[in-house]
Amino acid sequence: MLTSILIILFLAVIIGLVLGFSSVQFKVEGDPIIEKIDSILPQTQCGQCSYPGCKPYATAIAKGDADINQCPPGGEKGVRALAELMGVEYKPLNESHGISKPKAIAFIDEDTCIGCTLCIQACPVDAILGAAKQMHTIIEKECTGCELCLPPCPVDCITMEPIEENAENWKWKYPVYSIAVSEKKVNN
Amino acid sequence: MKLLDKIFKFNGGIQAETKKDISTKKTIKSLPIPSEIRLPLRQHIGKMAKLRVKVGDQVLKGELIAEADGNISAAIHAPTSGKIKSIEKLLIPHPSGLPDFCVTLIPDNNDKWVKKFPIDWKNISLKETNKLLLNSGIVGLGGAAFPSHLKLGTNRNSPIKTLIINAAECEPYITCDDMLMRERGKDLIEGIELVQSLLGAEETIIGIEDNKLEAFKIISSLIEKKPNIYIKVVPTIYPSGDAKRLIFLINGIKIPKEKRSSEYGIQMFNVATIVAIFRFIQYGEPSLSRIVTITGNIKEPRNYEVLFGTPLRSLVKDAGGQKIKNNTFLMGGPMMGFTLPSIDVSVTKTMNCVISAEPEMIQVTEEPLPCIRCSKCAEACPVSLQPQELFWFSKSDQFEKAQNYNLFDCIECGCCSYVCPSNIPLVQFYRYAKSEIISQSIAAEEADIARERNDFRILRLDREKKERAERNAQRKAENTNTDKLKLIEEKRAEIAAAMDRIKNEKNI
Amino acid sequence: MINQQSPFIKKAPSVTWIMMLVMLGLVPGTLACVFFFGIGILLNLTIAIITALIFEYFILKIRNLPIKLFITDGSAIVAASLLAISIPSIAPWWIIVIGTFFTIIVAKHLYGGLGSNLFNPAMIGYAVLLISFPAVMTKWPLPASHLLDFNLAQQIQIFVYGTKDVIDSVSSATPLDYIKTQILLNRPYEVNFTKGMPINSYFNASIIISLSFLIGGIFMWIKKIITWHLPITFLISLALISSIFWLVDSTRYLSPFIHLFSGGTLLCAFFIITDPVSGPTTPKGKIFFAFGVALLVYLIRVFGGYPEGIAFAVILMNICVPLIDSLTQPKVFGHE
Repeated sequence: MLTSILIILFLAVIIGLVLGFSSVQFKVEGDPIIEKIDSILPQTQCGQCSYPGCKPYATAIAKGDADINQCPPGGEKGVRALAELMGVEYKPLNESHGISKPKAIAFIDEDTCIGCTLCIQACPVDAILGAAKQMHTIIEKECTGCELCLPPCPVDCITMEPIEENAENWKWKYPVYSIAVSEKKVNN
Repeated sequence: MKLLDKIFKFNGGIQAETKKDISTKKTIKSLPIPSEIRLPLRQHIGKMAKLRVKVGDQVLKGELIAEADGNISAAIHAPTSGKIKSIEKLLIPHPSGLPDFCVTLIPDNNDKWVKKFPIDWKNISLKETNKLLLNSGIVGLGGAAFPSHLKLGTNRNSPIKTLIINAAECEPYITCDDMLMRERGKDLIEGIELVQSLLGAEETIIGIEDNKLEAFKIISSLIEKKPNIYIKVVPTIYPSGDAKRLIFLINGIKIPKEKRSSEYGIQMFNVATIVAIFRFIQYGEPSLSRIVTITGNIKEPRNYEVLFGTPLRSLVKDAGGQKIKNNTFLMGGPMMGFTLPSIDVSVTKTMNCVISAEPEMIQVTEEPLPCIRCSKCAEACPVSLQPQELFWFSKSDQFEKAQNYNLFDCIECGCCSYVCPSNIPLVQFYRYAKSEIISQSIAAEEADIARERNDFRILRLDREKKERAERNAQRKAENTNTDKLKLIEEKRAEIAAAMDRIKNEKNI
Repeated sequence: MINQQSPFIKKAPSVTWIMMLVMLGLVPGTLACVFFFGIGILLNLTIAIITALIFEYFILKIRNLPIKLFITDGSAIVAASLLAISIPSIAPWWIIVIGTFFTIIVAKHLYGGLGSNLFNPAMIGYAVLLISFPAVMTKWPLPASHLLDFNLAQQIQIFVYGTKDVIDSVSSATPLDYIKTQILLNRPYEVNFTKGMPINSYFNASIIISLSFLIGGIFMWIKKIITWHLPITFLISLALISSIFWLVDSTRYLSPFIHLFSGGTLLCAFFIITDPVSGPTTPKGKIFFAFGVALLVYLIRVFGGYPEGIAFAVILMNICVPLIDSLTQPKVFGHE
């Protein structure tokens, strides 16, 4: 009786020590789950999810305040990746936050632009160049296509131009053929 | 001359019917100048060439139309004299079937040369020679279209010991290199000597498949008295002409995907590229034309010397047209080529072969079945991959796993599809997976930049807010100064006095 | 096909052609079995193939798959034939039907059909039968030249009603079964090729049948349907393992010769473990797999409860295939 109690006690102490040691030794700095969620999000910073940016949305998902299907730019693939990461069931994109559409880039009609700087203040990634009373222009490479610059423009000189497929960014398509080798076909 | 006998055999490969004799019966013919020339500005790996002409310009044969944009790019020259008609997006010979920028030239049929500048390479520095080569417009004519001046470049860590000449031409049907060796062997050998000394290589080995007996005989007799040029016969096993496979066959060195052969002291050129380099340096002629094989379902299959930009239609017409009309043409060989989007595309630097599609090439007779894991594909894979696993992962979009199974080592040679009993289009799945992974990684990079910029903006806004708050606080603090208070009191007193005065005046 | 892409040429035997060559490879072995164990083997084969095709038809219909394409691939016929050859020639018809049901419906289609089955379908069918009906499954007729002693009426009678109601004298235990019982009972046993004991006639028949399967196997190897890795490794491993035990104590353990030429060793080596779908794909993996099967076959034969262990050994090794494959990836060109 006594021996068994001692053995259990001894084991408890040992395991406790190991656990204590590892909690100190392998302590993880910060909250990696937020980082992980953030790395899945497309970083458009568009706020369509009703949070002020991708990071705040990631934080909200991590806390359980937000659902995983509120990010239209991430599309179906993004929701799937989030579902897998969070270990929850996939659900279709919540359309009240907008629909997924191909990536577009903002273009400023430089003849119409009055140089009011309102769009510069709205741009979440500082991708618009220009100063007061000077015409503005978009740094194409850095535009995320968030459309946040559209509403503040007083003269409606900004348009969204979808990225055109050309010989450089063109992709090979998923092979389509007639039978059941591809499960996708069967499901359709 | 020395025959190096040891051949190192790579895994797999296939022995397909070569079908080369179809197009070797006749000599190389020069195709007449067409009525219109359309030059795509992107005929090479790297950046699109920078335009140097405008619509309406008169150009001479060999005049620069577009120059290399940066180092990884290649120039484009006018293949004949004439007038620039337009610069617009036209269909190009590309698997996407999408249009790209092209310069259209209307030849004046005078074929008048611009002044040629042969390079006195023996008396000028290698660096200068190289600078001149930048605008030669020469790219790898074997099909890769890698700008040649880069391969001849001087900025490398290890010296080049061996120059390997790729004369394997392993794909069925293609015979342009074969015919070039038969008819222009002398230019080739002189070119080899030139490139060898440019590179400072000790020796040159010509790798040739054993199905090109005639070319082998001609080249052998030409190099009989050359001490440092050897010829090595490799077995006809596709894809022996793939650069890294050929180096292994010849030298037994396995060069991994991410490394260049120059790191191993080896540089490789295709025979046609060597001749192009020779002509540029010896005669000052930039890259204006190439030899194109037209074969397959065509009335008069043969090899043509074709100006770049010549519409495919002229070539097909001269070769007598299709035997069986189906209007489908393949560019490149049947193993790695692709269907051309239209007969109106033009001949480019990469177009080594045009196959008028045989009916059985474009009709699928047998339906695909599921993979039965027979591993015939793995036996045939020259890179020793596991195609059946890659297929599984690509099919189900498991890209990370596909990469773990070295998807990007795949050279898309098509051996796996060739031997698959289930008729699965394996290579199509790998192409899909690769381009999907590439576009995802580009998107991820863009997202990283966006995240950084957003973080920076938040920091900046915070900082600005703080600064503004500080300024306000300072102003407030200044306002509480006694001097100011006194001043305000004085002013107030003044105002009160003034008010009093007004009152008094009213009373009066 | 939409988006036709390269390669535009191809030259490969179709799945149907491969399956047909496997069937051809089975011919010599089957003929030898018929010669020694009677026309019952052919009855088994016929009924197995017919029921397999019927099951295949219905399950394809239920699964909404193209029937003509899949029924003509020949895989159902091969699986059913392998099962039928393993079943005693004096088994009643319903044994075959139950066996093919498990082979086609359960082992093949419930796991996803052609190309997706985790286990060797024929061996699943066999294992189910062996566990459920051990008496029937271990009772073989006395090997004799049944072609000369042709009695179709009797065979059909057995086929329809089972042996119990017909005759009992024709059957006896197989050599492995006999020896195992003797060893378990601590009795001496004898394998003597000259004496006219039933065990010897079994054994002689067994050698002829084994050699016939070997001929079929070599045929498939020449036709490049199978590589040498699986059969050779399997046979060598089995010979080695049994030699070690035999050298340690030849009174308790059988000689490698008997192990190689009895039971379905050769059938297993060339036709069963070479099933591509449920087997490993890498060359090294094939060697590991075949060694594993050989080891398990020996252990089950000698120390297990069943006289023949091939089915269980194959099924157990099938489970390990994904692991074997992932651990034996060949070195990619240029990789260290």
